[in-house]
Amino acid sequence: MANVLAFAEQRDGQFGSAAREAVSVAARLADASGGVAHALVLGGSTVSASVSDLGLYGAERISVREHDALSEYNPEAWVPIVVEEVRSGAYEAVVFAATTLGKDLAPRVAALLDVPLVSDVTGVELSGGTLSATRPVFSGKAFASLEVDASPAMVSIRPNVFPAVERAAAGEVSMSTPDIDPSSLRVRVVARNDASEGSVDVSEASIVVSGGRGMRDPDQWSLLEGLRDALGSDVALGASRAVVDAGWRPHGEQVGQTGKTVAPKLYIAVGISGAVQHLAGMRTAKTIVAINRDPDAPIFGVADYGIVGDLFEIVPRLTEEVSALRSTD
Amino acid sequence: MNVIVCIKRVPDTEARIRVDGSGVMIEKTGIKYDMGPYDAFAVEAALRLREATGEGEVALLTLGDSSSQETLRKGLAMGADRAVLLTGDVSLDGLATAKTLASELDASNADLFLFGIKSADDDQQQVGPMVAALTGRPCVSGVSSFDVDGATVTCQRQVEGGSEVVEVDLPAVLCMTKGPNEPRLAALKGIMAAKKKPLEEKPASENVSRVRLKALSEPPARATGRIVGEGADSVSELVRLLREEANAI
Repeated sequence: MANVLAFAEQRDGQFGSAAREAVSVAARLADASGGVAHALVLGGSTVSASVSDLGLYGAERISVREHDALSEYNPEAWVPIVVEEVRSGAYEAVVFAATTLGKDLAPRVAALLDVPLVSDVTGVELSGGTLSATRPVFSGKAFASLEVDASPAMVSIRPNVFPAVERAAAGEVSMSTPDIDPSSLRVRVVARNDASEGSVDVSEASIVVSGGRGMRDPDQWSLLEGLRDALGSDVALGASRAVVDAGWRPHGEQVGQTGKTVAPKLYIAVGISGAVQHLAGMRTAKTIVAINRDPDAPIFGVADYGIVGDLFEIVPRLTEEVSALRSTD
Repeated sequence: MNVIVCIKRVPDTEARIRVDGSGVMIEKTGIKYDMGPYDAFAVEAALRLREATGEGEVALLTLGDSSSQETLRKGLAMGADRAVLLTGDVSLDGLATAKTLASELDASNADLFLFGIKSADDDQQQVGPMVAALTGRPCVSGVSSFDVDGATVTCQRQVEGGSEVVEVDLPAVLCMTKGPNEPRLAALKGIMAAKKKPLEEKPASENVSRVRLKALSEPPARATGRIVGEGADSVSELVRLLREEANAI
């Protein structure tokens, strides 16, 4: 019997879909190896208050490492704790979420444990000690099927791809306070600038409203903000490379090969022609809508639904109708 | 300050990727190769640092076959001082690559090691932090720009939903992402000068891949979509489809 560990990421003491998805995948892999799923949480001194929810997604045991120095991510403080936890648990596999934090943390842990890491997978199975995974390569222009024999096998999973599955588990919490000497840390976070209050990152949102050069002017983004707000709370703005390079939008919103790869439930491309680099970044979205005046734009080649025409007429109408629909829900 | 920038030769981001008959390789015919776009940000950052301080050396390091000489020459033409090509196989096991690079970097006297945050082919985003862990150096990833003051580097770091200012002690590893400084194009003078700059080629220390590539496939074609209609009058039908057919809103 070998167990599987999920690294459950929290931000400001809250667990998002990244943590639930990682725990769900760990529970599924543990079924295959005849073990159970454990979750590991690192955070500030109040993080244990919200960990019990992880049990709802299949974590039999939840290890919580609390310390004021862990309230924000700092690889110098976090890596040794995670390495020790993985080592002591003799896990068959370890699952991280391929978030900004997970992509920074997981490779360091893997290197110190001397095991390979398969990053950003969109499919993963465990069978007889072999981990099989599928992951996008060339920014989603191709997919690689891989096998790893290593103990533990380490993967990070692409956000929004794996379902968070509710399944009751003991969720037994074991808490401890590690020894950390903050003065010994060679990396220090000295400031944090949050984007506007309550905004969702484009790589994590379940709906993305993305604008391109067809928007004509950065001031026109109020149109997309209106549509974003009408669609609900888990919605982010995205942007094409052209408008980021023009300085209209921040790089954090860029979708595509030199930006973020996204896999939302719904992607609405407004005034984006669909360069190959952009398509690579969003083609795994579940449903794609394109609004563009050029019927030959490549974006229509990947869109499930398209409207050809003037976005300055179409987007306000879409905002209005979505608002009307949602107000009757 | 001496800086080493690790770069990789990858298909140009505009390349169309097709799987060849082997089922595990891409069709190389017709593909243009170039320095990875994030690596170019790293090279640019290193050159700006040298220009700002007026001293130090910028060296380039890569693992690959002899075709990577061309990519190194491009970096030399941008302004780097010298280049090292470790000849060997590159696999999908980032840790094998990291070990090869780490053994070279361990022997160097550089203070700063720059990587692009990810390669544009494997996209694993892991080699930089792995090298840092293997060499015992602190590391910041997702850096869009940085300033060096004495033995401390102050980094602008992109994170979900915002940005951070992070300090790190030298010697350090930084993994660069897109930032305010667009990579420079090599001028003719630089291209001529690059031909005379040192490019050392030597066999890489061998680290066997523990990741097996079973198959490479093209992404499943998306089911053919439909044009719902033209103009704002089509919006009602779009909203109905998104609600009833796609279950997306």
